[in-house]
Amino acid sequence: MQEKKNKSWLSFLLEVIVLVALFTLVQYALTVGLINQSYQINLVTMCINIILAVSLNLINGFTGQLSLGHAGFMAVGAYVSVILTNFMEMPFIIGILGGCIAAGIAGFIIGVPTLRLKGDYLAIATLAFGEIIRVVLQNIDYVNGPAGIVGITKLTSWPWLYWTAIITILVIVNLMNSSYGRAIISIREDEVASELMGINTTKYKVLAFIIGAMFAGLAGVMYAHYFYIIKPDTFSFLRSFDMVVMVVLGGLGSTTGAVIAAIFITFLTFGLQKYAAMRMVIYSLILIIVMIYRPQGLMGSKELSRKTFSRIWSGKK
Amino acid sequence: MNLLEINNLYKSFGGLGAVINFNILIQSQELIGLIGPNGAGKTTVFNLITGVYKPDKGQIIFNGKNIAGMAPYNICKKGVARTFQNIRLFKDLSVIDNVKIAFHKDVSYSLASTIIRLPAFFQGEKNIEEKALEYLRIFKLDTKRDEIASNLPYGEQRRLEIARALATQPTMLILDEPAAGMNPQETRELMELIKWIRQDFNLSILLIEHDMSLVMGVCERIYVLDYGQLIAEGLPEEIRNNKKVIEAYLGEEVGKC
Amino acid sequence: MLEFSQQIVNGLSLGAIYALIALGYTMVYGIIKLINFAHGDVMMVGAYVGFFSITMLGTNIVVAMLAAMLLCALLGVLIEKVAYRPLRNSTRIAALITAIGVSLFLEYITVVVLGPAQRVFPQSAFPIKAYNLAGLTILNKQIFVFVSAVLLMLILQYIIKRTKTGKAMRAVSLDMEAAVLMGISVDKTISVTFAIGSALAAAAGVMIGVYYQTINPLMGIIPGLKAFVAAVLGGIGLIPGAMVGGFVMGLLETMVSGYGSSLYRDAVAFGVLIIILLIRPTGLFGKNTGEKV
Repeated sequence: MQEKKNKSWLSFLLEVIVLVALFTLVQYALTVGLINQSYQINLVTMCINIILAVSLNLINGFTGQLSLGHAGFMAVGAYVSVILTNFMEMPFIIGILGGCIAAGIAGFIIGVPTLRLKGDYLAIATLAFGEIIRVVLQNIDYVNGPAGIVGITKLTSWPWLYWTAIITILVIVNLMNSSYGRAIISIREDEVASELMGINTTKYKVLAFIIGAMFAGLAGVMYAHYFYIIKPDTFSFLRSFDMVVMVVLGGLGSTTGAVIAAIFITFLTFGLQKYAAMRMVIYSLILIIVMIYRPQGLMGSKELSRKTFSRIWSGKK
Repeated sequence: MNLLEINNLYKSFGGLGAVINFNILIQSQELIGLIGPNGAGKTTVFNLITGVYKPDKGQIIFNGKNIAGMAPYNICKKGVARTFQNIRLFKDLSVIDNVKIAFHKDVSYSLASTIIRLPAFFQGEKNIEEKALEYLRIFKLDTKRDEIASNLPYGEQRRLEIARALATQPTMLILDEPAAGMNPQETRELMELIKWIRQDFNLSILLIEHDMSLVMGVCERIYVLDYGQLIAEGLPEEIRNNKKVIEAYLGEEVGKC
Repeated sequence: MLEFSQQIVNGLSLGAIYALIALGYTMVYGIIKLINFAHGDVMMVGAYVGFFSITMLGTNIVVAMLAAMLLCALLGVLIEKVAYRPLRNSTRIAALITAIGVSLFLEYITVVVLGPAQRVFPQSAFPIKAYNLAGLTILNKQIFVFVSAVLLMLILQYIIKRTKTGKAMRAVSLDMEAAVLMGISVDKTISVTFAIGSALAAAAGVMIGVYYQTINPLMGIIPGLKAFVAAVLGGIGLIPGAMVGGFVMGLLETMVSGYGSSLYRDAVAFGVLIIILLIRPTGLFGKNTGEKV
């Protein structure tokens, strides 16, 4: 027992060391100028995509509620944070918290009525709400309507991006490996049975939706404070589809899969920068082919964890 | 003591009465059967008791409280647990996770301590794990704890479903055709299991079953439903010789040919 | 009052187009319970076929429309065979994601092949004339759209109510398993459903070309979504519901852009959708069916 405890402490320490090392390595490369401008953008997009994919996976993959409105929450986070930092000149951390909370509130407002719907109806309703957020932003003069906000101070830096992405992953992994996580997964498995086992399914669906929305908001904050400009059209349902591609490719219900897919899609987009239309053709083929031949995605619901590593280490299958 | 008392329960679908003025009275620790021809409304009664459907009229008094129209999860918390006609496990989850989910309603640690991994979380998880294993051991499923539920053989899936229902710590267990798809040997074992559960867990059991040997063998009293209406109630002996009941069943047989 | 009547005239012709597209959504949903996201894009392909038929082959508008209907019927059958049939027994979510994939594929393969720029639908194929009727301006294109849409709907009604194929379609949508037992070929019936739905969408595509005079590879998205809303409004799976829903959406849209802000024009559809889904998900004419436990 004591030995087991020591071992888990050891592997925890090892994980922290790996995470800090990875961070320091990239930070060093950035400082000495090893990473050029376009790769820097790639790095930023990657972290943002990880946050988006992992958080959407909580809703679509773990809870089993197909949402097509994630870009809407990203928009709320982006706009609210920019209002706080640029219009009201508050510190970045306030912008981050404000953006997340606002997106979470939007998630609550949208989640409560729509989560009564099932399957494809829910998908369409979330798509509609996402689009309504965009249209509303287009009609608010305070944020310059369709033209959007230009000249946002660049506050997003590597440390912010890296650690917020890590926090996102940690929160979702910890949540899912708990009684709350099991309750959430049971909704995906069989909503009626879950409810009859004493689980308030509505409450947990809304909870997953709020947490997912908050992190989408976080991604929006990071995005806005790096790319200088945001406008309503940046957050159209096509962006939501991008996120769905990542989640589907990685495997609905696998955080590891979501991270891998987010990294892969970022590089794919980067490689096909000059061929934007071709990129979308490839995306669409990924969706179709994955659904037909491997509907569980790359990872299925499997995760890479300490257990997997120790299993590989000891040569067991 | 009256555990469950249903008065004038009524439910219709599209104008058609599925359950018409249904009454039942169950004492604690009784073992009661609900039988009737196909489509008589038995499962509808179960769905009304467990909150899957909301009754149009009538009272469902459980432990002295009217639970009619309450949400299913609240009814579960009050102490009613059930299984399903067509097994409804959490198919892609492990055997032990299926049982662990039943303990969630009494989860001892908060969401915050989950996310930042406070000691309360580890303690709570340990308790849940131990309790879940206990239930698996009782139902001889502990050796399969990490198997995916849908990979279990049929009989074990049925047992797991009962284990999961019991893990919610009910005072009343509702079984919807527990012997469906079982051979005579398995059915006999199930009969013993049902009797033993009632004894050991100190609860009432209400079951729907088509297998007459099982119903007559374990139930202390039987209610008979036909076309949504109660046509008879009584001891197994009385039901066996009840004219109306024989007619209802024969009528069905004739209709089938 | 005059302006109001004018809006009704405009709304009816727009609504006829939505109704045609909505029919395809509703027929497919009725038979395989799939929201065919790619339906609006089939309409776009139809518009392009019509466009090339007129500009390259020099056909008249009616031939162009028939050509578009024929080719899109084939396209619809192909989409079903390649993308949807393998998924018939998987979850509805998987099917929906595939449909989104097919939709994106049609949009962007068109961009890759034909370029993203919008094209002007040739005026010569349909010279615009305006008629004056008791103060109302009625354009000949409005009459053309309305009359041909109603004609197509009548033909559809005939097929569904009077022919063997129509009977098979109704049987499959009621109970697929029972239909198989009755000797109906489900595969064939689903193919026919896709063919008819896609042909109607193609006709609508050519009409939109005539009506708005420009076409582009992404033109299917918004009318597609609006037509979907129309189908839901009428009660998805119900053919008369789709027709009524289409006209309601058309009228609503012209009213909002006539009296309100045109920026909110597209939001109206989404707003209507949410209101229906929350208040009466089965639509105006739908029946409520709960899950069986």
